[in-house]
Amino acid sequence: MSERIYVFKRFERFWHWSQAGLIMFLMLTAFDIHGTYTIFGFEKAVAYHTIAAWSLIGLWVFAIFWHFTTGEWKQYIPTTEKVVAMMNYYLFGIFKDAPHPFRLTQLRKHNPLQRLAYLAIMVFVGPLIWVTGVLYLFYANWAAWGLTAVQLEWVATGHIIGAFLMLAFLIAHVYLTTAGHTPLAHIKAMITGWEEVD
Amino acid sequence: MKRAFTRVALVMCYAGWLAAAGPVLADEAKPLKLNTTADHTKFKELQKEFTSGPEVTKVCLTCHTEAAGQIHRTKHWKWEYLNPQTGQTLGKKTVVNNFCISIASNYASCTSCHVGYGWKDASFDFKSEENVDCLVCHDTTGNYRKPPGFAGNPVVKDTEFPPGSGKIIKGINLSKIAQKIGKTSRDTCGACHFNGGGGDGVKHGDMDTSLAAPTKELDVHMDAEGLDFTCGTCHTSSSHDVAGSRYTPTAQDKQGARIRGKADKGNPATCVACHGNGPHKKEARLNQHATKIACQTCHIPTYARGGIPTKMVWDWSTAGKRDAEGKQITLKDAKGHIIYESRKGDFTLAENVKPEYVWFNGQVTYTLITDKIEKSEQRTPINKLGGSPTDGKSMIWPMKVFRGTQPYDPVNKTLVTPHTAGNDDTGYWKNLDWDKAITVGMKDSGHPFSGKIDFIKTEMSWPITHMVAPKEKALGCAECHSKQSRLAGIPGIYIPVRDNNKLLDTIGWSIVFLTLLGVFGHGALRIVSSRKP
Repeated sequence: MSERIYVFKRFERFWHWSQAGLIMFLMLTAFDIHGTYTIFGFEKAVAYHTIAAWSLIGLWVFAIFWHFTTGEWKQYIPTTEKVVAMMNYYLFGIFKDAPHPFRLTQLRKHNPLQRLAYLAIMVFVGPLIWVTGVLYLFYANWAAWGLTAVQLEWVATGHIIGAFLMLAFLIAHVYLTTAGHTPLAHIKAMITGWEEVD
Repeated sequence: MKRAFTRVALVMCYAGWLAAAGPVLADEAKPLKLNTTADHTKFKELQKEFTSGPEVTKVCLTCHTEAAGQIHRTKHWKWEYLNPQTGQTLGKKTVVNNFCISIASNYASCTSCHVGYGWKDASFDFKSEENVDCLVCHDTTGNYRKPPGFAGNPVVKDTEFPPGSGKIIKGINLSKIAQKIGKTSRDTCGACHFNGGGGDGVKHGDMDTSLAAPTKELDVHMDAEGLDFTCGTCHTSSSHDVAGSRYTPTAQDKQGARIRGKADKGNPATCVACHGNGPHKKEARLNQHATKIACQTCHIPTYARGGIPTKMVWDWSTAGKRDAEGKQITLKDAKGHIIYESRKGDFTLAENVKPEYVWFNGQVTYTLITDKIEKSEQRTPINKLGGSPTDGKSMIWPMKVFRGTQPYDPVNKTLVTPHTAGNDDTGYWKNLDWDKAITVGMKDSGHPFSGKIDFIKTEMSWPITHMVAPKEKALGCAECHSKQSRLAGIPGIYIPVRDNNKLLDTIGWSIVFLTLLGVFGHGALRIVSSRKP
């Protein structure tokens, strides 16, 4: 018997998908700027990348507000509970059709590994990209801000490291959406808001 | 409705006619030349036949009493300049370059570009007022000429030159030219500066006769159908001293736009002197670029853009060949430009040339004839540019680097000053004999010559600053922000994309690849395991 739980509220779904679109567009323009390939060319890619970045910052302002006013931020508090069980599941159980060790509820919609992964993105990769990205955008103001010790090379390097980590996350994240009880179950939930649980 | 409109239009026309016709009816003003207060055609003193330049100058000086004295103080007259930064005495009188090399012993030819008359040898009187040439800068007719070989004098009667050659130089009417005197123009400055190095566009690369009436594309400021700047619009002059210098260029102008009333000791010919230090209104990011990059670097995408090639290489060491009949040879390329002359050697010419770029702080140190030089794999700099990414005074500048191979004295280890021009027994261009030419030339310049001759590779840098393109044609980002960056050799700055860290990219892509591999492996295993019964 399965039961349906409403886990992703309307704003959260809007946030997720617009963020997904912006991040993928940022990736596309990022590696264009980086010289990996040429789609828009450096000049236009920089312009689009900048617009997308500001859009994402705007989206984040709303998302942060939403997380704090709804208390949803608690979903990201890390836990060690069942982490080993989750790892065992992804490494072994999933191939033997073993039962999922985590049962989600509205108050705990992320499994412990998700919590850790998203938190890592939010406290490490995210800030790395945003701090270096904003510094990059305001390169002209460094002297006025007293940032005389900052080197452009380190800012650029940090930004590039962030980009690679974000790309790796994106790949793993997209793949793990197929790890629900059917390959498209998680994606459906992210669209409709309703997750089916055993 | 329509009728009312017609009536209003009629009334307006009538009012306009009244306004236009009124002043004419009241007091008919006579037609004026509105750009000057003196019509020189009306001056009795100029309504006579002149048989020489100094005769004209004497007349000029009767009214313009201080003009000659002002000229006497300038580089245009003295061909001598003491560089306060380096202490070197420079100027055409002294420096040696890798084009026609030196004026010593070649005065009569070279001084066709002197603002004076009669500088035929070292004995020229620099205090003479009547020998100041007013016409060369103030001619407006375009007919004034100072042919090489006449020591800066115009030719007033048809003259065979060189004597016995059968070539006739037409005489010019100085009276007509003097009566039409006016402000300097692109043509007057260009008569010499477009032809530096012995021909159109040869020397500078960013100055040639295409700038006499340029399109907007070629020079956004001089655009003959647009802003129509003359040289003097930027190279303003005070007491006949013209601003701007290649001996002490202004590499970085921190003063910002010049405003009336503001104390200003700087060079008024810089870009910043009008545009200020934050000229990019749409993209503030570019103003940041402009703290390290000279305006010219982006705004002059290539030089020699006007259809006239500039000389890039001059190899004197191959000069001297003769054909089977013993005559001098001239070879031309497909476009008719000379690429070899017996008297000068091999040339390489180029159009639409991408500049080379360097950190430049405005300090230029010349290799003078008194300086010791060593022949090596490295080219000897004719002028060495100061600059570094860290001195706080340097900007990244575009340069034409002119490379040459020229005679030098391997025993005394100095450059030499050969006697080239001249219809005599020793001038190289006539006789093709280096021994005689250098012996005579060195005697004239007053420096020792061992008698031994070798050739040395040299290079000379010319800051590129003219032929500013319209902003749409300025360099795009990717010209520098790419792996084939124009600034490939520029040290000391991090340029995104040019300076991508290969190790970082390798690690980054490895992480991405391993993630993909893990994901595909995991997925494949899931598919395989789910197929088991």
